[in-house]
Amino acid sequence: MKPILLIDFGSTYTKLTAVDVEEERILGTAQSYTTVETDINHGLEKGLALLRERIGFSEFEKTYACSSAAGGLRMVTCGLVPELTGEAAKLASLGAGAKAVGIYAFQLTEDDLEEIRALKPDIFLLVGGTDGGNTECILHNARVLASMKPEFPIVVAGNRTAARECQRILEGLEVHVCPNVMPKFGVLNIEPTQNKIREIFLNRIVQAKGLSRAAELLSDIMMPTPAAVLQAMELLAQGCEEEKGIGDLVAVDVGGATTDVYSIADGMPEHMNTVFKGLPEPYAKRTVEGDIGMRYSIGGIVEAAGIDKISRLSGLTKARATELVEELKVDTERIPNGDPELEALDFALASSAVEEAVTRHAGTISETYTMMGKTFVQEGKNLTGVHQIVVTGGSLIHTKNTEKIASHALFSPQAPQSLRPKKADVWVDRTYILAAMGLLSSYYPGTALRIMKKELEYHGYSE
Amino acid sequence: MEKKDKKVLVIGVIGADVHAVGNKILYHAFTEAGFEVVNLGVMVSQEEYIAAAIESAADAIVISSLYGQGELDCRGMREKCDEAGLKGIPLLVGGNIVIGKQKFEDVEKRFKAMGFDRAFPPGTSPETTIQALHELLD
Repeated sequence: MKPILLIDFGSTYTKLTAVDVEEERILGTAQSYTTVETDINHGLEKGLALLRERIGFSEFEKTYACSSAAGGLRMVTCGLVPELTGEAAKLASLGAGAKAVGIYAFQLTEDDLEEIRALKPDIFLLVGGTDGGNTECILHNARVLASMKPEFPIVVAGNRTAARECQRILEGLEVHVCPNVMPKFGVLNIEPTQNKIREIFLNRIVQAKGLSRAAELLSDIMMPTPAAVLQAMELLAQGCEEEKGIGDLVAVDVGGATTDVYSIADGMPEHMNTVFKGLPEPYAKRTVEGDIGMRYSIGGIVEAAGIDKISRLSGLTKARATELVEELKVDTERIPNGDPELEALDFALASSAVEEAVTRHAGTISETYTMMGKTFVQEGKNLTGVHQIVVTGGSLIHTKNTEKIASHALFSPQAPQSLRPKKADVWVDRTYILAAMGLLSSYYPGTALRIMKKELEYHGYSE
Repeated sequence: MEKKDKKVLVIGVIGADVHAVGNKILYHAFTEAGFEVVNLGVMVSQEEYIAAAIESAADAIVISSLYGQGELDCRGMREKCDEAGLKGIPLLVGGNIVIGKQKFEDVEKRFKAMGFDRAFPPGTSPETTIQALHELLD
């Protein structure tokens, strides 16, 4: 036996997964409740004690961890044109597992600075201009940033012509220079920046977020939890040398405060008569909907779906649904626990959350008539050909209706412009192992993949 | 600002126009002539030209229109450039930019009144445009 411990430090739970990599199986899992205020190490000790009770020991050969504790990795980005380098910066930070708490474009103003000061980001990503293109904006923004003497590190990944000068302007601060996120018009190069973001996260954030004591226990790698999940999803889709993947996929994690969507697919137009517009998106793409969540962001779901739809899906009257939603806004810890009304409401909320979040993640197609006949214009990723959906999150795990909820991720004839998967197999991560398997995949990709294939529960086929 | 070695052009076919061949020819001709070319392809909106020109610090925007609706599609382009901080950027347009038999002098006058620096009639060779670009940019 070769036991390895995988830890996910969350903002409310510390989740532990013990794996035997020799037999390729999960030995056991444990969860312990930790509030933001209590020491994170306390949660870890409690979790370890619980795990020991279950599996009989707590000595491991290696320990790896990811974290979204204390608000996760909070980033502010600033680009030049919002749809171009601004978007590239956002894609880079989300893909690195960060939460984009502030997104700016063009020249930063004094008001922006005040906001940024209040936001207190963990990392600031400064970009703008293609290589050889505009330098004015990024230099201006570097000067403005320098004037506020920030304590957060700044990653500069804009026009290479301006990189050195930015560094000079920001001298005395923690500055990291990376290759341009958009070296040429319409070409993304976000991986070097993402690697740098993770590196900074590892070195700096871990200490700042009270994880240093826990870090002593760790053998290696510490990454933001969403980055671990993205890594797991890439592996599950693509496979590795020794084991085949399941193919292109979409994954949805409906949480209490946010809903994360991952897609592992190329997503380019399927037909010759389709013109692609906008930035080509990354093969492994992550988006976060900060206003879509089952409890803290319950208002956002209702606003997006409309109370009519919530009432129709839940079978509750509009008045009753509204009443319950108001209660849950305050009582965020409340779970259905067998209460049929709450179960029905959570079903409606989760279905709407999945539908809204995947719709925002997926690309769109529109018909245009030209002199040459009908043409289609595609923006974003075409996911209609994706045949696998992976879902996780409390509201999808603790219900018998997982497949029904997940089916809301699919293409709908009512919204034909939204390029969501047409039909797909539904897989449920009932034991919350995705982040753990992402961590494990850094060292044992084949093992991580086989465990995922074993543990993910097949939950039907949806059309 | 550091000096760029090549002049940057943003090119594309404006409006609901999918004529792709001429666009590819221009891309190759301009690149061959020593320009750095940002090619937006077909069905390009005014906003897309402008966004690309800002990011790439373009020296000129060259608009093609092959389906006769060029005059409609190009209206307001100069004003939008001004608004976006691209004051005075050379704007060139060519192709089959209007419908029907019209004297090109009249057409050219109208495009110049709209703020275009150059307008080219159907059948213009890339060399003519390259020549004009040198006049405007060198």
